Formats: sequence, structure tokens, C-alpha cells
Amino acid sequence: MSLLEVQDLDIRFGQHAVVHKASFSLKAGEKLALVGESGSGKTVTALSCLRLLEAAGLEGSIRFAGKEVLAMSPRELRQIRGGEISVIFQEPMTALNPVLSIGRQIMESLQLHKGLDARAARRQAIAALERVGIPEPARRIDSYPHQLSGGQRQRAMIAMALACDPKILIADEPTTALDVTLRLQILDLLEELRRERDLAVLMITHDLNLVRRFADRVAVMEKGRLVEQGDTSKVMSTPEHPYTRRLIDSRPQRQLAAAANGCLLRATDLSVHYPQTLPGIAGWFRKGRFCAVSPTSFDLAPGETLGVIGESGSGKTSLALALLDLIPSTGRVALGQQQWRQGGRETERSLRKRIQVVFQDPLSSLSPRLTIEQIVGEGLEIHEPRLNAAERRERILAALADVGLDDQSLLARYPHEFSGGQRQRIAIARALILRPQVLILDEPTSALDVTIQQQVLALLAELQRRYRIAYVLVTHDIDVIRAMAHRVLVMKDSRVIESGPVETVLAQPREPYTRRLIEAAA
Amino acid sequence: MTEPRPQSPARRAWLRFRRNRPGYWSLWLFCLLFILSLGAELLSNDRPIVARYVGQWYFPIAQTLPETTFGGDFDTPTDYHDPFIREQFEQPGNFALFPPNPNHYSTINYFAKEPAPSGPTRENLLGTDDRGRDLLARLFYGFRLSVFFALVVTLVSAVLGVLYGAIQGFFAGWTDIAMERAVEIWAAMPTLYMLIIFSALFSPGFWLLVTLISAFGWLGMAAYVRAEFLKNRSLDYVRAARALGQSRRRIIFRHILPNALTPVITLLPFTMAGAIGALTSLDFLGLGLPPGSPSLGELLAQGKANLDAWWISVSTFAVLVGTLMLLVLIGDALRDALDPRKLVGDGQ
Repeated sequence: MSLLEVQDLDIRFGQHAVVHKASFSLKAGEKLALVGESGSGKTVTALSCLRLLEAAGLEGSIRFAGKEVLAMSPRELRQIRGGEISVIFQEPMTALNPVLSIGRQIMESLQLHKGLDARAARRQAIAALERVGIPEPARRIDSYPHQLSGGQRQRAMIAMALACDPKILIADEPTTALDVTLRLQILDLLEELRRERDLAVLMITHDLNLVRRFADRVAVMEKGRLVEQGDTSKVMSTPEHPYTRRLIDSRPQRQLAAAANGCLLRATDLSVHYPQTLPGIAGWFRKGRFCAVSPTSFDLAPGETLGVIGESGSGKTSLALALLDLIPSTGRVALGQQQWRQGGRETERSLRKRIQVVFQDPLSSLSPRLTIEQIVGEGLEIHEPRLNAAERRERILAALADVGLDDQSLLARYPHEFSGGQRQRIAIARALILRPQVLILDEPTSALDVTIQQQVLALLAELQRRYRIAYVLVTHDIDVIRAMAHRVLVMKDSRVIESGPVETVLAQPREPYTRRLIEAAA
Repeated sequence: MTEPRPQSPARRAWLRFRRNRPGYWSLWLFCLLFILSLGAELLSNDRPIVARYVGQWYFPIAQTLPETTFGGDFDTPTDYHDPFIREQFEQPGNFALFPPNPNHYSTINYFAKEPAPSGPTRENLLGTDDRGRDLLARLFYGFRLSVFFALVVTLVSAVLGVLYGAIQGFFAGWTDIAMERAVEIWAAMPTLYMLIIFSALFSPGFWLLVTLISAFGWLGMAAYVRAEFLKNRSLDYVRAARALGQSRRRIIFRHILPNALTPVITLLPFTMAGAIGALTSLDFLGLGLPPGSPSLGELLAQGKANLDAWWISVSTFAVLVGTLMLLVLIGDALRDALDPRKLVGDGQ
């Protein structure tokens, strides 16, 4: 018999229906993955199994161990929440209470559900932390969330969720906020715990690699409907629904032109330091220095893409900002004869025109109160002030057409009226309108859904072919590097540990760290 | 993408504001009252708007005419409430068109049947104050003065606060620290004592009060604007603007400022309400506007001194409460309309 049986579940918020007639079931010890893009309703569906969303109107049937969840009293619900079904969330930093030690938070549910006294609860909490692989659990139990690393925080979350021996674990994107190498460890941990205690896992994710590795069965959601479900291997090899096929085919394709020879941009001994507050009284008098990028040198040919890959905190974004001279740095960045901070205002102006940037989050990178015409045309006002209104508008329309947005009515609209993918195209148009020679792409697709991601990468590759722009592509995603880059720098702890042509680095990585990165994404 | 009309964030906020009925109607009512009060001289005055005397047209509202013009004995400005002058206008062929309320705020009713303060009568619809001046006229002019005062104070505070906060928040670091300490020292000054000292040194007047109250009123605004600038300066759109090579001034005014104004706009009605309250309390204490000005605070003080003249305290109280309530309702609606959670919430 199934442990959890969801039948014809409808979920609506006010007038707005978000999930239609979803049915699925979960047996003890089973691993089910709920896959879909953002806004497809997968999180809402999973959280509704515990009726955690108060504003949601639920219809249909959710049966846990034969009992109807929708008919439960608040008291019965509380018994189930945390006791029988636990949830772990995407971002452990916000899901843990920052002012309570992790031990207190784990003990809380033990005392609540099992009625243990403080001593026994503490003993069990230490045991729980040990089981999820946190070193020195007896000491760590008194740590606060900010004192743990990202991976440890997620482990603490899992320890908290599993402390009361639940039968089902709902994992909402449990690894998305973690670095790739940590992802594998967390997945292994979940698998081990599942085997140990016959736990059923409902995993919500958008990452198909994860599904392939982890899930027994997979259910695909599109716009609030479950369009396909079945055994993972079968769905992955012979997808039936067109949407599933699109998702599976959404791995970025490599369509690159060969780079030219020569040297367009040259960085020599580029390094970045941030001031750091020293602990104790010393901090009153002098500042420490935190090294974000150790001296690094590289060059870039016209039409070439240099991929920079690394985990969060490896210094890759600092490197990108230093190339743009948006943060203080030492060393030299030369574009032809011109260098940052050498020569006056005119040099800087010309460099700004020649090096442009596209940021990660397309919503925050567009001024919310300017129209698309103002946003895209801004660069022209500064760098080509002699254009008259008609010429400027023509250039704006041409730039928008380049990024696949050719519709005159877009000009008067505001960023919030566009989808994430469209916004990123607008951000690219803003950079392109100046006809730059170098474009810095700082995680240009990681805020986008997989299918959109593929389109944006294809667009970038095509623009490179057409205009011979050189890209510096900063990302944490090895698939993106594989599809887009000619050469790659691997960064770890502020240092470039490996570099070379993409084919060689990916096929024969020298460093164990690079090998781990590639493995984790496979 | 079928919407016919692009919606700017400001327009969406306005649409949400309109959905709040009490706030929306309060805004209209408040604007209407203020516009009417701007024409107070035409609505409440002791001189006729138009008069015809012995075949000649006069506009006493705009001219100062000696009594001799209308057959009086003296060369002094005409008192149109004088029974003799009234009689002159009732002669055939002559007439005088008075405003709806034929009293100026300074008009003293010498012909009242009771000693001042006298209760409501046909000549003085809300009665008179303790010097026999028409209460309705004084309230009407007092409302105008208070609202005008509040508008000027709010405008000056907003401009000062936005500039100061913008510089603090945008440049951050040492600039911010130094300016923040300066604000703390300034805020630590006891406002009321300053006002008492200054009104002892100079003869208190409208503009002195505006200066003094604005000098302390901008502190709150600056704090909000500073916080918004600190938040926005590190967002990617500001970085993108810097990468385009834009000047600091352009980034501050074109990019960050429009996004930092939300708390300022939300605060405006409340700042106005605060300014009206401040003026009223200073007048009540006798530290405010020069004697004779139509001021709500002075009327409140009269009401307190003449508890049996209930019409003074009740009507002044009603005007004050009404004004402040309109402002608070507008402020409430504005706050809801500009709530960032709702801004994101209804994307469609």
C-alpha cells in the first residue's frame, strides 16, 4: 500500500488556479522526483501534502497512511508535521532560525513529538548530527547557523528533519543552493539514510542530472499539470510528452565558431583584495586584507570565449568585476593600447564602450523605473551623444532585433512586464548596442529555467559568430562551459588552479578538484 | 503581452491607490478643501465682491474705498457691516453682493447681541471668538494657513532629506559615517527649547516657524533615503550603469533616486499631519504665529480659556481632527499602494 496517495489535487490561490488534478503516490522507501521549471507548481504541490500553505484552497484527496490529510484537525496535522512527514528547504540559511543554536532547533522537535526531557533530547540531537556526518557533533550542537558552512547547514537541516524518524521526507531543491561538489555528498547522505530506515523521499527539483542519479520514479510538472510520470530510466530514455522531451533536450548545445588568433584583452597579475575587519581590539586600528583573487594573468583573442568556472567564493565574480574596473584591483588589464586608470577620462570612456557586461539576475540588473527604450538607449546617450532621436531609436530597435525581440511596442514597456528570459535578452541588448569588443557574462543563465537557458546560450553563441565579440563567461555550471567556452580557467580559493583549452581540461583534468567538478555534473 | 498600455510602476501604484476607496476620496476631498481655501478671500470676506452705488460699479474686494464714497462722513476705509452703509446699499438702484460668509477672519462683530464670545447666530454661523471675530472665517483661514504651512515644511524637509540621505547612502564609507554623526548631534538638540529661544530672539512669524520646523523635520526622511540608497547602490542595475560609464550624478538622479522615493512619498502625508500638529501646539502655547493670525492652535487655547463657549472648542477640534484624519487616510492608502510586497505581488 502507498504511504502517501494524492488524488485529483486542485490548488488555487484566490481566483488563481495553480495546480490542476495532480495525482501521484509514494511507497515506503521510494524516491520520487517532482520535476518542473519555476512556477510549474511543484513546490506548492509538495507543501500542500502537509497543508503548509495557509492561503491555498485545496480540493481532491491527500491520504497519508490511509488517513485523509484534508480532513485532519490542526492537532492531528501537527502530529504529522515533523513527526511523520518532514521537510527540508532549499536555502538552509533562511530555513534555520538564526538566533537559536542548531542543537536547540533539533531538540525542539524531539521534545515536541517524542516528549523527551532536555537531557535525552540533547543526546539524541548529538546522535542525529553524527548520523548526517557533521564532525565533532558534541561541540557543533551549540553552534549557530551562521557558524556552519553551507553544506553543514544543509546537513543540520536534514538532521533536524530526520530527528523524529519520519516516514516521508519532502526535499525542496535540497542541493540547489550548494556548490556542485557538495551536492553529491548530500545526495549520498539522503540515499544512505533512506536505505537505513526505509524512508520515502519526495524530491522537488529542476535539475535532471539529479533526477537521473537519485530518483526511482519521476513526475514531470508543466504549468500546474502532471504531464508524465513513470520509472526514471524509462522516462529519461523514452519520454512521451513533448514537454518532457524538451526538458531532456535542454542541455546546451555546442555551436561555436573557431576563435581568431591574436590578443585583444590581456590581464597581467590581476588581483583583488577586500578590506577585512580583524577580530578583537586589533580591528579598531587597522584592517586586514582578504584576498579574493590572487595574481592572475591571461589573454583573450577576438571572438574567443574564456570560461571561468569555480564554486561560490572562489573569486570568479571578483575577477569579472575587476576586468570591468568596478572594484579596486591591482595589476593591469589592457585592451589593445588602453588600460584602466592609465590616461584620463577619455580612455575610461572608450574602455567602457569596448567592455560591456551582462549580470546574473536579469530583474535586478535593469532599472525598474525606466522603460526598455531608456534602458537600452542609455549607452548611446553617453557614448554617442550626437545621434538624433530617430537614429537612436533605429539603433535601439536594431539591438533589440539582434536579441530576438523585434516588436516596436516593447519600447514603452517596463522591465517587470517581461519574463526572466526576455529580461536577460534586454540586458544583452543594452550591452550590445555599444558594439563592444569584449562582453563579460557573469552567470548569464543561472537565474533562468533550463529551456530558457538553452535559448539564451544559443543567442550568445550566434551573436559571437556574427560580431566576433570575445566573451569572458563566469559560471559554476560545467554544462555551460562545455557548450560555450574555447578555453577555461578553473578557480578555487581565489587561485586559478588549472587552465587550458576546454576539450583538454574537460577530458583530462589534471587537478583532483576539477575532476570532482566534472564528476558532480555528469 | 496583450495589455494595450504599458504600465509604469507609478501608474500601477496609482491604480492600487484608487482601489482604496477611503484614501482615494480623502485625497479628493482634501484637494477640494484646499483649493477652496485658496480662494478664501472670495468666499469669506467682510467686503462685497461687487457693489453698485449711485450708478457706479465698485469692486470693494480688490479696492480700498473710503467711507465718503458711499455717503459716509469719514475718510477711513469703509466698514461694510455698519448699519448706515448697509442702508445706503438698500436704496433703489444700489446693491452689494457679499461673499457667502460675509466675514473676514479679522472682522469684529461690533453689533452682536451678546458679549463676545457669542454663540452661533445668522451673522456668525459658528459664533464668535473671545474678541468678537467670526469663528467660521477664522477656521477657514486657519485651515488654509495650517495646510500651506504643512506643505512648505514638507517640501523643504523632503528636498533636504532626500539630498542628504542620497549623498550619505550613495557615497557610503567615511562620508556616511561623518554625515551620520552630524545628524545625530543635530537630532539631539531639544527642538522645543530651540523654538522658544528663537521666538524670544526674533519676532515669531510664518517663515521663521517654517525654517525652524523644517530644520528638524528632514532627519527622518534622510534616514529612509539613506537606507534605500545603501540597498540600491549594490544592486546589479547600478553596476550595469557604472559599466556603461555613467556619471555619478546621473546614476544618483536617474537610476537610484526614483527607486528610493517610495518611503519619502509614503511619509509625505504623515509629515504634513505632523507639521500641522506642530504648528497647532506652538500656537496653543503662544509661541507660534503673531497675534491676530487665524490659527487653529490659538483657537484651541481660547476654547480652553472659555469652556462655556462650547462652539469654539467643538468646531476647532472638528476641523483639526477632520484635516488630520484626511491626511492619515491618504497616507494609509499611499503606504498600501507602494508596499513593495504588493508591487511584486500583482504582476498581471
